Amino acid sequence: MNGQFRILQALMLTAGFIFLYAPIVILAAMSFNASRLVSVWGGFSTRWYAALIENEQLMHSAWISLADATLSALFATILGLLAAVSLARFGAFPSRLLFFGAIHAPLVLPEVVMGLALLSCFVALGVGRGFTTLVIGHVTFTMCFTTVALLASLRECDPALEEAAMDLGATPFTAFLLVALPQIAPAMASAFLLAFTLALDDLVIASFATGPGATTLPMRIYSQVRLGVSPQINAMSTLLLGMVAVAMGAGALILRRGARRSRRVSVT
Amino acid sequence: MSLTTVSGSGSAPLLSIQRVSRRYGPVIALDDVSLDIARGEFFALLGPSGCGKTTLMRCVAGFETPDSGELLLDGEDLAGMPPYRRPVNMMFQSYALFPHLDVFENVAFGLRRQGLNKETIAGRVRALLQLTQLDSYGSRKINELSGGQRQRVALARALAPGPRLLLLDEPLGALDRKLREETQFHLKKIQRETGTSFMIVTHDQDEALALADRVAVMRAGRIEQVASPNDIYERPASRFVAGFVGDTNFIDGVVVFDSAPYLLTDFGRIALSTCCLPDGRRATLSVRPEDIHARHDGPGISGIVEEFVFRGDNTLLRVRVGNDVILRVATWDMRFSVGESVMLQFPLDTPALFAEEI
Repeated sequence: MNGQFRILQALMLTAGFIFLYAPIVILAAMSFNASRLVSVWGGFSTRWYAALIENEQLMHSAWISLADATLSALFATILGLLAAVSLARFGAFPSRLLFFGAIHAPLVLPEVVMGLALLSCFVALGVGRGFTTLVIGHVTFTMCFTTVALLASLRECDPALEEAAMDLGATPFTAFLLVALPQIAPAMASAFLLAFTLALDDLVIASFATGPGATTLPMRIYSQVRLGVSPQINAMSTLLLGMVAVAMGAGALILRRGARRSRRVSVT
Repeated sequence: MSLTTVSGSGSAPLLSIQRVSRRYGPVIALDDVSLDIARGEFFALLGPSGCGKTTLMRCVAGFETPDSGELLLDGEDLAGMPPYRRPVNMMFQSYALFPHLDVFENVAFGLRRQGLNKETIAGRVRALLQLTQLDSYGSRKINELSGGQRQRVALARALAPGPRLLLLDEPLGALDRKLREETQFHLKKIQRETGTSFMIVTHDQDEALALADRVAVMRAGRIEQVASPNDIYERPASRFVAGFVGDTNFIDGVVVFDSAPYLLTDFGRIALSTCCLPDGRRATLSVRPEDIHARHDGPGISGIVEEFVFRGDNTLLRVRVGNDVILRVATWDMRFSVGESVMLQFPLDTPALFAEEI
């Protein structure tokens, strides 16, 4: 009975893993396929990675995506920090609830709706679409995530620490900079990486917010796939996957180290 | 380098709290509180939780603003002065040590804000670490310290900027019993050596009585009594003070003036040496267990021993004197047993007689 149950358990687990990760593994494996055909294994090769570097269009898009993800994550983290500070430290100011709701709305807002709203806004204001609007769109989209992450971390940070700093002669701003910021630094790093990842692989909002000359990598891949899957795309996707995995892993690691440090402080 | 703070001369109080009130919605945290703290004094605010003592301390530190009233430090009005400009430092109940800095940098934090040069800061931090017996701990992280060591770092950090008044919020609250007594002596020694005025907030009566030169007992936002620890214990100003500080018996009765005043109770008469209450007034007498003498015979009020507890230096008897009146009596005589009848003699000096609160 017990043995049967254990076999069933193992089977379920395997099925789950296959369901979740088989497509990704196949994609990554195929990017090392020497053959042009997706269905035939022609031996191990890195020729598609080499070809990728020579594909200027694709490389340009990759560059656009990286620059956009970095910039928008930076702005989203800074704005998210300001929003989180006002929500965590300024007490119950009038319209706080409204502000709280407005900040969190994009979390549940359908991406298509948000993209369309951004597009209408840019058109109405007569803003030419391009790299700038792309970054603005991604900041709007990712700021709610950074705010939520930073708000949670700020709430865990003991306000008595800042009071102690002020008591010792630091102005409220210096106190925040010297005492609160080091406490939430791990959360800032992980919020940045989260926003970076979200912006890097976003397709929907980018399609609405960007203009000619600023085609992001996901957009380029999507449009090329419709004309047939090139092994180059597989290689690019694998690289993208790797980058996201590294970013998420680093974020989790930084957060865990921060949590361990604060736990040690409170327990011992 | 001297650790003594420079203070002005004259006998004017260092801190003068004048008619300060503070409410939170319907809750009155401070109700018209006035208090003076002298230079070099070790002052304690004692009271149960929620009595407003922490609010008063936070008003002095600048983290709370009184609704009305004035706070004067050396004659200077503190109103509108933010915490970072007040020459007052606070030791927080949770210590609030900066976990990302080492011990040295924690202590140096206030000095760096004053813009002192490197050598001065290093010298002063070394002197403070020596004072608090943390000489070799400068480079330790906060999470590597024990509770007692953290408490001393918090003290050194708060003393570093040379405050004119040091506020201590439940400074011994987080320490275990054994460490507490040692730390009490240590705190007193540091207060004496630095000459800084200390104002401590505590709910622990032993702590207040052991440490302070003067104690203010607070209750529901008001000050019940300000006096020396001895007077607080021996001559409590109200029934609340008598009950909150130390162990006591409350005996209800009526004041009667015959040839001499006495308190007529359900179980007998207790002579009163002095009495400022009118004839026929209902009143409560507070008598400490150790002030009642239990004897096997002789004059006094008779009672029956119901229970006794050996407490090391003395024995606490529970003596039934009336139908539903049981008195607690401390005795050094061990020869009592349960069910035995005893005679209780009350002290002639009875300073703690309170009119019934109407």
